[in-house]
This record gives sequence, structure tokens and C-alpha cells, in this order.
Amino acid sequence: MATRIFVPRDTTALSLGADQIAAGIQTEAIRRGLEIELVRNGSRGLFWLEPLIEVETSNGRIGFGPVTERDVVSLFDHDFQSGNTSHPLCVGEVEAIPYLKNQQRLTFARSGITDPVSLEDYCQYDGFRGLQNALHLSGQQIVDEVKTSGLRGRGGAAFPTGIKWQTVLDTPDPQKYIVCNADEGDSGTFADRLVMECDPFMLIEGMTIAGLAVGANQGYIYLRSEYPVAHDILNQALATAYENSYLGDNILGSGKAFHLEVRLGAGAYICGEETSLLESLEGKRGLVRAKPPLPAIVGLFGKPTVVNNVLSLAAIPYILDKGGQAYADFGVGRSRGTMPVQLAGNVKRGGLVELAFGMPLNQLMNEFGGGTASGRPLKAVQVGGPLGAYLPESQWDTLIDYEEFSSEQAVLGHGGVVMFDDTANMGEQARFAMEFCKFESCGKCTPCRIGSTRGVEVIDRIRASEAADNNWALLEDLCETMVDGSLCAMGSMTPIPVQSVMKFFPDELRHGRQE
Amino acid sequence: MSVTVSWQRDHIRAVIRLHKDKPGALLPVLHAIQHEIGYIPDNVVPLIAEEMRLTRAEIHGVISFYHHFRSHPTGRHVVEICRAEACQATGCRQLEQHAKNTLGIDFEQTTPCGSVTLEPVYCLGNCATGPSIRIGNQIYGRVTSDRFDALMDTCRDSMQEAG
Ligand SMILES: Cc1cc2nc3c(=O)[nH]c(=O)nc-3n(C[C@H](O)[C@H](O)[C@H](O)COP(=O)(O)O)c2cc1C
Ligand code: SF4
Ligand code: FES
Repeated sequence: MATRIFVPRDTTALSLGADQIAAGIQTEAIRRGLEIELVRNGSRGLFWLEPLIEVETSNGRIGFGPVTERDVVSLFDHDFQSGNTSHPLCVGEVEAIPYLKNQQRLTFARSGITDPVSLEDYCQYDGFRGLQNALHLSGQQIVDEVKTSGLRGRGGAAFPTGIKWQTVLDTPDPQKYIVCNADEGDSGTFADRLVMECDPFMLIEGMTIAGLAVGANQGYIYLRSEYPVAHDILNQALATAYENSYLGDNILGSGKAFHLEVRLGAGAYICGEETSLLESLEGKRGLVRAKPPLPAIVGLFGKPTVVNNVLSLAAIPYILDKGGQAYADFGVGRSRGTMPVQLAGNVKRGGLVELAFGMPLNQLMNEFGGGTASGRPLKAVQVGGPLGAYLPESQWDTLIDYEEFSSEQAVLGHGGVVMFDDTANMGEQARFAMEFCKFESCGKCTPCRIGSTRGVEVIDRIRASEAADNNWALLEDLCETMVDGSLCAMGSMTPIPVQSVMKFFPDELRHGRQE
Repeated sequence: MSVTVSWQRDHIRAVIRLHKDKPGALLPVLHAIQHEIGYIPDNVVPLIAEEMRLTRAEIHGVISFYHHFRSHPTGRHVVEICRAEACQATGCRQLEQHAKNTLGIDFEQTTPCGSVTLEPVYCLGNCATGPSIRIGNQIYGRVTSDRFDALMDTCRDSMQEAG
């Protein structure tokens, strides 16, 4: 029987040469007359080991990483394809690596194990069981299950998903939509991308269940144009799902319909904001809409619309398969289930860590992340994307929990953890927060559109020690105006990283210019 | 581009017609045009307006809103450097400087030989293995100055092959 060798094909593995390695393995196997079956799996999310090549053996899958093209010949010389573990890059049985073994993977249970576009693989690992169950339930029963799970939106605002679905279900309009927010614009986040690249049928299943729950027959995945690999893989998976009646007019012979299409964004961070996203899907500039009305009542093309993040929708198949209570049994307080945390930036072992809520941040950064990649002391951590606070050491024991983060004037957001070592210039980081808002503001309201430009100028004056005290007071004022007067969270949250630097790293802002 | 204007018009009209009946079709139409031509020339806007029954102002408004859409031609390779926080933490600012110095251009500019256009991008989702860049549809991680130079060499090589 041919040995199965796995070479991942997510963006990160590809960005480090996975395609060249795959080609090298094929060539070398032919040259040596060895029979192998090359599988292009997804990534396990252990990015410091990527490209992580795995070999299937009777003792589980043995891993080698990080592999480069130059290592291929020596891997064969060490007989790696027979599961020989003598090569220096061997990491042993992959599922025994503590980073992976110590996780609680519900959403990412299949990631890296399967070929993302193989329907057979998906079904073999419990795929579409949630949908099979949902097809026998009423919309209300599905919504009740989601409510029981305690799932809150993973896109950032943490609104209870079940309640959002109830609103759409209760709206009598015959035309409704499911929109998946796959804009994932936050720096330091890649969990949505991993779902789409490593387990796309799970998202398709989650959206189909959402459609059955609220009575929507059409869905859109709004995908950012920065994700070409995800685009390709999603489209392959969609075509396969249609061919096998998991999508279409008669899902698995049930007589129920659900259609799904991927739409590309065009490089605008604000289009992650749900109303701006809907404008964009309608073919317009992504200007934020005033709320109310909520999209659940007046959404896409004026119709009731569920807008959910990729991770929220990806949690649904598990909930409908194992039951809402099984999901709710993970977590603490009002943060139920698991949170896929993404370790990024200056981190030794960057990657995806899915754990039940309640884990201390520093345990993630040290036990999983292994500290900084540079080996220098950690200085600050930005959690929750460009609108999230920079946390100083005194806050590193904060628990991963929505309420715990709020009480620290911080945000958990989409779970991105970006680590900075002591070479980071916090004045520069504060400036960038304003600059980013200036670059990405939709322009609809003054505090954000003009405030961010003024913010950059004021910060520049402070850093140049020009009337620093007056400008400091001015910056405080400006931040308050943006918080109070902005129409959406782009303008009202941009001050969060700035204020965190003012509070915890004031000297670096005042005397920070190092150019 | 050595294609004739009339051929382009008919071809682009066909591209527009392929997408224009979808609900909310303008972004798919603009993507398709940029995919065909590499950018969205000003003289295509009246065509879109006519086919989709929109005003030119509406279409200009949309093109200018999104960072991804361009009204000007680019070099043969569009090189995007990630400037967002996670890549900042791994030294993207130095990489950015290196790129600008060695290519002799700023962001949104094209090298005189026409091989490379440099653009900023804010996160490619490759944040655990930064600094990250994108060339066309290919993303590269852990990009040191040396790796950047090697990648630019291949861009120039393919330029010669093509030219
Ligand atoms: C400026 C801004 C950017 C946002 N970007 C995203 C994003 O990239 N992805 C996302 O899912 N939600 C994003 N959101 C949150 C969405 O507006 C919305 O809350 C979310 O899509 C709802 O889905 P959920 O309840 O499943 O989280 C953003 C919000 C703001 C204000
Ligand atoms: S806060 Fe900024 S992004 Fe939000 S609506 Fe106002 S201008 Fe637009
Ligand atoms: S911050 Fe550069 S790839 Fe995400």
C-alpha cells in the first residue's frame, strides 16, 4: 500500500514553500521508485513548525518540520517515508506535541487532519452530522439549541448568536439572507482563514443550518481580497457541496433549499463592520449605516439578515451534532464554549490555540507561545486587533473571557494576540493606531474622519516635544470626542490602543521619537 | 497593452454582461475588469454605467473607496508589503525601507523598468510568520531583506522572459 504523506496547503505553509516541497517529494519518490500518496491537507495551525510534513504510520502520523525544499532528499535518506524518526527535523507523533495535545479543539478538530476539499474526509470525521440533525428540526428548535450553547459572536462584538437568529426567525418576510463575515481585517488574526482553507465544508454546513433555522434560502460569504488561497479552496468546496446536494434546491432530498456564493471584498477594513459590509455586498461604497434598524430586521437588500463571523458559523455544526449543552459545558461565566486564540507577532511558537474560555493570557503566551521569537523580553501585547489595547505586564494575567477583558479597558475581539519585544516603540504604535483609522475610516462622521488625521498630528507634536503638555491634554480630549461622537466602533475604539499607551507607556510617547 | 480600443470595448462589455445581473453586481464587475486589464481605466467607467444603469459618479465613488481597485496600470508584478501590527512586531518597517531603497520607489509607484509596483497592505492573515508580503496571488512569510532581494530577482527574470 502506498504511504500517505501530508503536505499542508494553507496560506502560511505555502508562504514558506510548501508547494515546492510537495513537488520535491513527488520527484524524489519517483526517482527512488517509492510508491507514495501525497495528500495536500490543511494546517494544524502550529505555524512555527510549518511546513509540517506528516507521514502516516501504524503509530499515528509522524511529523517533520519546519521543512525546506533543501531537506527533501535528506528526509528520504533517513527513510522518513517509513516512519523512521531519526531525521533531525522529526517532531515525533504530531498529536502528541503538547501545543496540540493540550488544546480543546471543537471548531478546529479536523484542521490539518483532512484534505480540506475532500467530502469523504469531512464525512469520515463527523462532517454534516449537525446538518442531518437540523433537517429534522423546526427552525425554532435549531435556534433554541444555539441559545442553549451560549455562543456569542466571535467577530468582535460578542452578541449572543441565538438571540440574533431569533430576531430574524421572528421576522415574517419571505426573503431572508445569511451573510458570513469573512473580512477578518484584524492584524494578528487568522482563525477565519484557517477555517476556510482547512475545513471549508464546516462553514458551508454552519451557514446551511443557519438558513434552515431562520428560513433563508440564500447566503453570501463576504471574503476579503487579501485571502486568495481561501477564495480558491472555498470555491472548490462549494462546487463539491452543490454536486452532492449539500447545497441547492433540494438539500439531501429534504425539499429544502439553500444557495451559497462567495463575494470578494476589495481591501477596506471598515467593510468588516456589518452594515458597511452589507453596503459593499449591495455594490456600493462601504459606508456604515446608522443602527437601528438592525440588519436582523433590515439587512441585505432591505431584507432580514443574519450577519455572523466565520467562527460563529463554524461552531454551529458541533452544536447541532453534540447538542448546545455540550458546547456550553466548556467555558466560564458568560463566555461559553471555546475561543480560538491566535498567537502572532514576535512569538516563538506562533499559531492557533483553541481552548475553553478562562485561560490566563500569560499561560498562552508562555506555555504555548514560548515567549518572544527574538528571545528578548516581552514588552507589550495587543489583543483584539488594531482597535485593541496594548497590555503591559501588569495585565498579562487577565483571563481569556469577554467580561474580564472589558473590566481591564481591553478587548478580546477576534482573539488575536500580537506580542512585541522590548525593541518596540510604543509611541510609534500609538501613532499607527490613529494613522490606520485615518487610512481606513469610511468618512461618514466627523470625529473619526477628521479626528484621526488630527490625532496623527497631535501625536507627532507630542513625540517631537512641541508643547507636549498642551498637546497631551488635547490628545486626551480628542480621544474622548472620538469615543463619544463616532457612529461606529472604528472611530469609537481607535482611542483604545492610544489611551493604553498614554496610560501605561507615557514616557515612550513623550520621548519616543527614535528616527 | 497593444490591444485595440474597439476590441477592448466589446470584450469588456462581455465581461460586464457576465456579472451584471447578480444582485449587488458592481464589485464582482469591477473585480472582473481589473482581472482582465490589470486596472480599471477611466474610459471603461461609461461602459459600466451604461450596462448597469448607474451614474459615472456612483461608479467612480465605488472605485475610489476601495484600496484594491486601481485607476492606473501597474508594473508586471504587484508587490504588497504588510504594514500591520503583527508584522511590525517582526520588523516590517525595516523591510519596507529596504524595499523602497533597493527598488528606488515609494509605495504606489512602479520601477522605471516597469517590473514592480510597490503597495502597502494591512494584514495577509500570515501574522505568525511575518514579515509577510504578497506578489500577485502568492504570499511569502518570514521575508528577510535577503529573501526579498531573491524574490525581486525572480520578478526581474520573468520580466525578461516575457519581454
Ligand atoms: C471597524 C470594524 C471592523 C470589524 N471587522 C470585522 C471582521 O473583520 N470580521 C467580523 O466577523 N466582524 C467584524 N466586525 C464586527 C461586525 O460588525 C459584527 O459584529 C460581526 O460580523 C457579527 O458577527 P458575530 O456576531 O458572529 O460576531 C467589525 C466591526 C467594526 C466596528
Ligand atoms: S466612526 Fe469612522 S468608520 Fe465608523 S461611521 Fe464614523 S467615519 Fe465611518
Ligand atoms: S499583520 Fe502582517 S500578515 Fe497579518
